[in-house]
Amino acid sequence: MSDPVSALHGLTVEGSVRVEDLAPRGMITLRGDLSDATVSDALARAAGLAVPDRRGIAVEGEKRLAWMSPDEALLILPRARLAATLAGLTETLASSHALAADMSDARALLRLTGEDAALREVLARLAPVDMATFATGEIRRTRLAQVACAFWMPAPGTVEVICFRSVARYAFDLLAQAAASPRIS
Amino acid sequence: MSTRLKTGGRRIDRSRPVTFTFNGQQLRGYAGDTLASALLANDRMMMGRSFKYHRPRGVVASGTEEPNALFGIGQGGRFEPNQRATMQELHDGLEAQSQNHWPSLEFDVGEINAHLSRFLPAGFYYKTFLWPRAFWKHVYEPFIRQSAGLGKAPKDRDADTYEHYYHFCDVLVIGGGLAGLAAARAAASGGARVTLLEQEPVLGGRAPVDEGTEGAALVETLAAEIGAMENVTIRTRCMGAGVYDHGYVLGYERLTDHLAHKSGPRHRLWRIRAGQVITATGAIERPLSFAGNDVPGVMLASALRDYLVGFGVSAGDRTVVVTNNDDAYRTALALAGAGLTVPAIVDARHGGAGALGAEAEAAGIRVLKGHGIARVKGRKRVTGVVLCKQVGEGAPVEEIACDAVAMSGGWSPVVHLWSHCGGKLTWDDAQAMFRPDPDRAPTGADGRAFVSCAGAAFGVFDAADVLSQATRAGLTAARAFGKAGEVAAPDAPAAPETNPIEPVWLMPASAGRALRAKAWLDYQNDVKVTDVQLAAQEGFESVEHAKRYTTLGMATDQGKLSNINGLAILSGALDTPIPQVGTTTFRPPYTPVSMGAIAGEARAETFQPLRRSPLHDWHAANGADWEPVGQWRRPYTYLRPGEDRQAAVTREITQTRGALGLLDASTLGKIIVKGPDAGRFMDMMYTNMMSTLKPGRCRYGLMCSENGFLMDDGVVARWDEDTFMCHTTTGGADRIHAHMEEWLQTEWWDWKVWTVNATEQYAQIGVVGPQARAVLQKLGARNIANEDFPFMSFQDHRLAGIEARVYRISFSGELSYEIAVPAGQGLALWKALHEAGAEWNVMPYGTEALHVMRAEKGFIMIGDETDGTVIPQDLNLHWAISKKKDDFIGKRAQQRADMTRPDRWKLIGLETSDGSVLPEGAYALAEGKNANGQRNVQGRVTSTYHSPTLGRGIAMGLVLNGPDRMGETVAFNKVDGSTVPAKIVDPVFYDKEGTKNV
Amino acid sequence: MLILTCPCCGVTAEETEFHGGGEAHLKREGPGSDDAALEGYLFHRENPRGVHFERWRHVYGCGKWFHAARDTATLEVFGTYPAQSTRPPEDLLETIRAKRPGWRWRDLA
Repeated sequence: MSDPVSALHGLTVEGSVRVEDLAPRGMITLRGDLSDATVSDALARAAGLAVPDRRGIAVEGEKRLAWMSPDEALLILPRARLAATLAGLTETLASSHALAADMSDARALLRLTGEDAALREVLARLAPVDMATFATGEIRRTRLAQVACAFWMPAPGTVEVICFRSVARYAFDLLAQAAASPRIS
Repeated sequence: MSTRLKTGGRRIDRSRPVTFTFNGQQLRGYAGDTLASALLANDRMMMGRSFKYHRPRGVVASGTEEPNALFGIGQGGRFEPNQRATMQELHDGLEAQSQNHWPSLEFDVGEINAHLSRFLPAGFYYKTFLWPRAFWKHVYEPFIRQSAGLGKAPKDRDADTYEHYYHFCDVLVIGGGLAGLAAARAAASGGARVTLLEQEPVLGGRAPVDEGTEGAALVETLAAEIGAMENVTIRTRCMGAGVYDHGYVLGYERLTDHLAHKSGPRHRLWRIRAGQVITATGAIERPLSFAGNDVPGVMLASALRDYLVGFGVSAGDRTVVVTNNDDAYRTALALAGAGLTVPAIVDARHGGAGALGAEAEAAGIRVLKGHGIARVKGRKRVTGVVLCKQVGEGAPVEEIACDAVAMSGGWSPVVHLWSHCGGKLTWDDAQAMFRPDPDRAPTGADGRAFVSCAGAAFGVFDAADVLSQATRAGLTAARAFGKAGEVAAPDAPAAPETNPIEPVWLMPASAGRALRAKAWLDYQNDVKVTDVQLAAQEGFESVEHAKRYTTLGMATDQGKLSNINGLAILSGALDTPIPQVGTTTFRPPYTPVSMGAIAGEARAETFQPLRRSPLHDWHAANGADWEPVGQWRRPYTYLRPGEDRQAAVTREITQTRGALGLLDASTLGKIIVKGPDAGRFMDMMYTNMMSTLKPGRCRYGLMCSENGFLMDDGVVARWDEDTFMCHTTTGGADRIHAHMEEWLQTEWWDWKVWTVNATEQYAQIGVVGPQARAVLQKLGARNIANEDFPFMSFQDHRLAGIEARVYRISFSGELSYEIAVPAGQGLALWKALHEAGAEWNVMPYGTEALHVMRAEKGFIMIGDETDGTVIPQDLNLHWAISKKKDDFIGKRAQQRADMTRPDRWKLIGLETSDGSVLPEGAYALAEGKNANGQRNVQGRVTSTYHSPTLGRGIAMGLVLNGPDRMGETVAFNKVDGSTVPAKIVDPVFYDKEGTKNV
Repeated sequence: MLILTCPCCGVTAEETEFHGGGEAHLKREGPGSDDAALEGYLFHRENPRGVHFERWRHVYGCGKWFHAARDTATLEVFGTYPAQSTRPPEDLLETIRAKRPGWRWRDLA
């Protein structure tokens, strides 16, 4: 394999917050009934993280385990661990009704870093979400202007945003524009 | 003359002079001025000309309701027409141009219309331009276009940026006057999230003007108190533009219009979701309808007061005050207090005013009770007024020289925002105004009222009443969230005892036609009392009809000054009480909102999401001539220096059919379907039998809607026993995935099937042409001879070191492979293919070559051969419709009588005798005409191209009984009216035997 | 612009996150159905002024379909419930009965 490349090759811009395209990570989409213990146990074991509750996301180092819907989870992990994790998960769930798919290249992962209030303002310019009450540990699937996205705060001062790869440039441009705008409060 | 006084002006900073230009002339004002106050300070009373009669007009108001003083502001990419001088804050370098005149504001040719006014009555356009019909195009329309529109449209691209902002709060208070401040304070007292919007740059509303220093101090105290609360957000220069369903409110914030040096977004559109909305939007003073009430110098009494107190500007040296209520006495007293002359207060009421009346008389101001103005003297400027008794027809009793008139017809609560989302009004007879009916409030998602009103917007005017009512409103709103605090209403300045208003809708009450024809209701659209009366006389009795017939309230100010006066006149003409006549509908926005603010971030690069394939940048760097396919951009062809499109497409096709071509097929949809019930599900989704497909094999499939119509097609590969990969069209990926999920979630939720839309996970590259196998072998594929790797199967190979899934499928009739690799590896594979294929002169081809090659093979294209009315049977695709299956989506609908009738148009090929290309969408003509006199038709062209392979035009079409008419020649129409004959042929034009794909 | 609560992910969001899917509780008429039943299934829809049952999809969120009971005149939302149901839940019907006495929708009342 040649080295995987992210959609925007690490593009970065500085504004009221810093916006950057992150190096490729492994991303596994799991379709399966998350309330089924077989499925959630397999997922938790593969991730090394507890399966989060509704609209939750678990974070540890580069790993993320996100609740996407009652029957969908997204596992983000270091690229190097993708193949083994996917194979393990597929094998564990071989006799269960589940679909684990490598979606590592389907999405872009953008990271915003900066002052908490500034981060919230940047997102509030683009997403119809009450950013004042948005908390760490939550994942919100919504739209960024005209495209679907999801975002969460892995830690105070950081927001991670995922969107489909084809619109990575659009999403980046939106965030860069929003970050270029003066602070509101 | 109007001038700046030596002292006064609480909003201006005399230490900071500001220079601006008006019609190219340099003038001076102060920081804090509005354009209107600065122009008045420079004795520019005449500020524009009206729309219809081009009458000279001066500023009449001091706020958002201003109908006359509209200007083109700025230059080039920052020019904007129709900006209200009353809302435009002055800044250094501001450039203002007056509008609607030629050649100049002072001398205007269009003023001739005023002399023709007898011949331009209400409904003139409707009556005059009705006939002859042929005049529309060449006479009337050009004339109307010439005179239509106020101001000039900007020509340059907008130099500014704009943004949206999503904001959430428990209680939103719109209006930062005394009522708004008190309501916000109360609402926030228990911890609720409160947001307050104020359209002006400063808080306080009318209080600092009308309640004097006590009012100003109270505003300061309240503003400081709520400003310090963490749960309160205050935005000034931010208008509540509209209130919508379920507590959605738009706020329009002007960020840089008041700045000389602009940076950052110009406007911000606040998209607010509020639990409760309190409108504290105040009230607007009404003009009085007397002859000449539009002469520059006649102004609202409150506006004169505002200019004096706020900006230290006097509109005239001698001001006659005319009123039907006590409030206008404040203007007289303020003017007199500033040392200006008030020759008389003309009060239409016999009883005159209460405490303020006594105060005026004590100050030596003459008060004429039971009187009115018969007419105003002067043309470009008031020179005097002729007085009369209010009762009667206006016989002159006295003439007073003056250069300004302050008029007050009473106050109308600003009920717009209350009404936007369905709040109803009630007529308050005592105060002669419509006010919100709290029992009929707009209701939200939970069915409960979510809008309330505070202060003058609710018809409460006395300061003490305003403060207590607004405090109650604030607490009530917060209570909806269980967050009502404990707070008492602030103490209010003492209010003078007043006498009630007496409605005066016409002055004098029985004014004759000559006076009524000069009494203006709508200044901007030049609607007079006589126009509304004529409308009533001609049968336009509904207020909505009368509005449209006369254009009353249809100008950019949307009738803020004119609507109530107009409907009162209509009520009089119809002899129907005002509440029965009712109001016209209040629609958002409250005042115009810039297009840029509405667009927000959706402009230039981010106008819409542009989807890029993983190979996008390579295409861009290699001559791609883009074609939009949905939101994707795909190369239509790759232009080489000196080539036109046709030449490039021809080159790409010739090369691909002759040796080797590459196609970026990454945009095709790729949906994974997995589960024990996947086969059963696939059988329902596709017309074909998919459950019998063997793992490792591919099958071309058709998808229909439940109506039976063909909606998508593509190759399905069975990855393993439980798993299918469904390829869809480029435009179909999201739609088909949603379609699958819809059936799984809402109809067969007990079926064990999962889907994943993996479209963007893979870069997919078509390797097409006689050398396709050779190039794959060169990149490392082993055992891929025709027998080892047959058509319609797939295998995994390692190509150029990249793990790839290779599908042997063909959309061109050539030997062809589609190679799927993770998107991030796509470019590496694409480059490797170019390198390895160099010996065969490999080149990429675009969508046009793709289309031509598929048409040469007679393959259908969704969107060309289908248009939402075509079923697979029309396209002779019976072979792809399983007869063994009991059911599939669309099967039952395809049995409807209309779907099975023998005379449906069916797919055939078409060849012109001269080799020319048939026009796209051309119809096959039939004998005779239909009921509408149109030529009968018997088919149409669905795809048409020049085929470089065959050296001639080829086409596909749907024709009546087409497959039974092989060899017949049919005429197709052309745009120029002539026809072109074409022979019906087999749609497979190229390699009918399929010898190439081996 | 409406706000709706998705019963699948629990998010209360504005209308732009959702996609309306028309009338709820349609019964599919497949092969073997008569023409009148097919016509009703494909083409005939309720168009009430008042209580209505609709399908919505949380298209920019969890992607799930759900049902909503809504008043088309006042836009009041009585409740949302799973798409995997052939009839509104009884407690929701009780709510509607209390708020809109005498309402009817198809064979519901």
